Amino acid sequence: MKKTIQFTFNNKPTNLEVEEDQSLLWVIRSSLNMTGTKYGCGFGHCGSCIVLVDNEPTRSCLTMADFVDGKNVVTIEGLARNGELHPVQKAFIKHDALQCGFCTPGMIVNAAGLLHRNPEPTRQEIIDGMHENLCRCGSYMRIIEAIESAAKEMEGGKWL
Amino acid sequence: MKEDKITELYFQNVDRPIAPDRRDFLKKLGGGIIIIFTIGETGILKQCTAEKENGEEDFNAYLRVKEDGRIDCYTGKIEMGQGVITSIPQVLAEELEVSMDQIDMVMGDTELCPYDAGTWGSMTTRFFDPVLRAAAVEARMALIELAAEHLKVKKEELMASNGEVVVSGDTQKKVDYATLTQGKKIVRKISGEPKLKGPDEFKIIGKPVISIDAEAKVTGSAEYAGDIRLPGMKYARIKRPPAHGAKLLNMDGSGLADIEGAELIQEEDFIAVLHDDFEKAGQALARVKAEWEVPESKADDKTIFSYIKETATESEIFEEGGDLASGRAQAEIIVDEEYHDGYKSHATIETHTATAEFKDGKLTMWASSQTPFGTREALSETFNLPLENVHLKQIFIGGGFGGKIYNQQAIEAARLAILSNKPIQLIWTRNEEFMYDMMRPAAVMKATSGVDKNGKMTLWEFDIYCAGPRGCNLFYEVPNNRTRTFDKAGLHPFGTGAWRAPGNNTTTFARESQIDITAHKAGIDPVEFRLNNMKEPRMKRTLELAAETFGWEPGVAPSGRGFGVSLGFDAGTYIALIAQVEVDRSTGKVQPVRIVCAQDMGQVVNPHGADVQAEGCITMGLGYALSEDVEFDWGDVKTTNFDTYEITRFAVTPKIECVYIDDMTAAPEGGGEPAIVVVGGAIANAVFDACGARVFQMPITAERVLAAMTS
Repeated sequence: MKKTIQFTFNNKPTNLEVEEDQSLLWVIRSSLNMTGTKYGCGFGHCGSCIVLVDNEPTRSCLTMADFVDGKNVVTIEGLARNGELHPVQKAFIKHDALQCGFCTPGMIVNAAGLLHRNPEPTRQEIIDGMHENLCRCGSYMRIIEAIESAAKEMEGGKWL
Repeated sequence: MKEDKITELYFQNVDRPIAPDRRDFLKKLGGGIIIIFTIGETGILKQCTAEKENGEEDFNAYLRVKEDGRIDCYTGKIEMGQGVITSIPQVLAEELEVSMDQIDMVMGDTELCPYDAGTWGSMTTRFFDPVLRAAAVEARMALIELAAEHLKVKKEELMASNGEVVVSGDTQKKVDYATLTQGKKIVRKISGEPKLKGPDEFKIIGKPVISIDAEAKVTGSAEYAGDIRLPGMKYARIKRPPAHGAKLLNMDGSGLADIEGAELIQEEDFIAVLHDDFEKAGQALARVKAEWEVPESKADDKTIFSYIKETATESEIFEEGGDLASGRAQAEIIVDEEYHDGYKSHATIETHTATAEFKDGKLTMWASSQTPFGTREALSETFNLPLENVHLKQIFIGGGFGGKIYNQQAIEAARLAILSNKPIQLIWTRNEEFMYDMMRPAAVMKATSGVDKNGKMTLWEFDIYCAGPRGCNLFYEVPNNRTRTFDKAGLHPFGTGAWRAPGNNTTTFARESQIDITAHKAGIDPVEFRLNNMKEPRMKRTLELAAETFGWEPGVAPSGRGFGVSLGFDAGTYIALIAQVEVDRSTGKVQPVRIVCAQDMGQVVNPHGADVQAEGCITMGLGYALSEDVEFDWGDVKTTNFDTYEITRFAVTPKIECVYIDDMTAAPEGGGEPAIVVVGGAIANAVFDACGARVFQMPITAERVLAAMTS
């Protein structure tokens, strides 16, 4: 069944015809042609496909596209504001918290959502909040440091 | 590249690069100063005479100072997270006296770059760097010669600085690189022993730098093979058998008619469905019914070890010395043990992916591959296309670790593009990835060690089944020793291959566990025991650095502190790892707390990059040590996703400290693999020290620790 949905996509009002059994991931990657959000496992185990839906980190591979009707969706491409990178993006660069880069969009978007909900997380809260994001190159230590430093940079303020 | 060739290259010690073949590039190149060079074992001096008998230039990389003064470096190497896209410009910028952002890297494009055998074996820095520097010096000399003419001064009075050539005594007299290269086309080889900078002159080498590709990767703009979009492109899904070795009995594609836009492609046993939408292609594939004949099971993940010992009968002596019988006679204590390691998947977060277009007889391909040139050859052979009609394009690779040196997905995508005459994107699902990944093989090691009353080792017997001898040259002083390998082609139920530092993770776990048990039986502290029995001075100083950094206090295991040490050698680098773990005595669960990693990798080109690689090795290594295991019943791989294949997570990662015997006068050695080989042994030994449980099989799961504790 086809259905037209209206939502905000990376700060732009968007109308899109979707099938009710289409996942948000493939609508973003194919219909909207934004390829920063990655396919890693298809079952919500790895976190490479995380996007923000109303500021909540959401696994787009497990989310049906029509779920975002009337909602606000932000992907890795929509995190920057007026050309300025999100503090988490900046911190990932500064701490070199990435290698192959494939898990990076999911990591950053999840961390941005985490800091939105909890602007001053403890180290343990960061570890718990990132637990379901997988990185094979082994950048976890640097990612934790990057998120801690982004939290400091933001001083409890909101970005999203 | 042929599989047997890959196996040969990978499982042996990688001590020289692979001879490249030639292509006629020079005609195609634009203007400027071009320095051609060979990444090779030949050393810098031989670069000067790098000319084939037929007069053809012999080179596999080049750099070019362009007419706008910017510098391009072309290499067939690829970037998969190991950071060469940053370390190469770092080295070039140093010798060319420019800033790193003046350098553009062109990597892994088979039309633009000279041939390269592949990115593996921690070879890029080791073999590329000294030659790369020499090439940069050659370019600098060419610029100075041009400037001497331009400024009408002797070249001895000139020096390069900040993208310009200036007169040493009169810095107002100068000319920039762009002016010098304008309208010129100069092609040179490395012409003599180059005057490389000394370590005290380094401004960029040895300094931490931020990765050049970081911004593209944090904004989502970095392009991987699955991010390519072509007009009319179809997503492909392939019908897979239930197990390796299964034969197709019959198939029925009639159910496909219900799915609008789905197209069935079949060529003998190769069945695929194409669709505009990735998920629709998957739904359509499920409508294609097929029956298969599955071969009888010969072993599963429990019985594989006895199967290996019975089957791997082809034996070779890798190293031997002295006389085993007298070693046995001199020993006061003899330790005889057997170690097991199960199959491991590469489990890169990017699955094997390829995008292919076949147009006017020419195949264009974006593939997640560590071997773009090998892939080109495989495609050319498989589809009977001339080499020049196959073009692999530059792309980022979402992790490799040796898993992306084979070409299956590229061949599948190309076959579909040719059969359908449409652009094709093939992304293996995670399930397919676990099925067709070329796994790290399961292996068995039998070890016998003997030690005399003075704590000196007298005997070392090491039989390796299916893990090969990489890194197994004995660095301990044992007068009577023998290391043998056992294997048999086609033994494994599915494809196996090179997994980051191939074989060395497995054998190092066994050797270092055995050394610890021997030290323990002799009542000697494990660090002291290793130092007392050390042959290799570089290994000795590396262990001393690790022990000092960690703050090692001698003790007799199990001390309850959870300290474990392990030594290893890989890709020219010596590694000593000391781990501290906590073991939950009620569950057997192991939590790493702290890890110190010391390495002697010669000159450290990029200390920050070396840290990142070592941390990555250790973090990834904790997965194989503690939790990764492929479940299977012969060709039926039961592991299908990350819910049962447990790679390291945030919570498992301990504090990691990396230290180096930094020898700026030595040649740089490998950094992308060595630190991973020692993780299993250090964890096994730390677990024993924590709770007295000796686990002889990886992964060292909670169940195995608990069982060992109660036995």
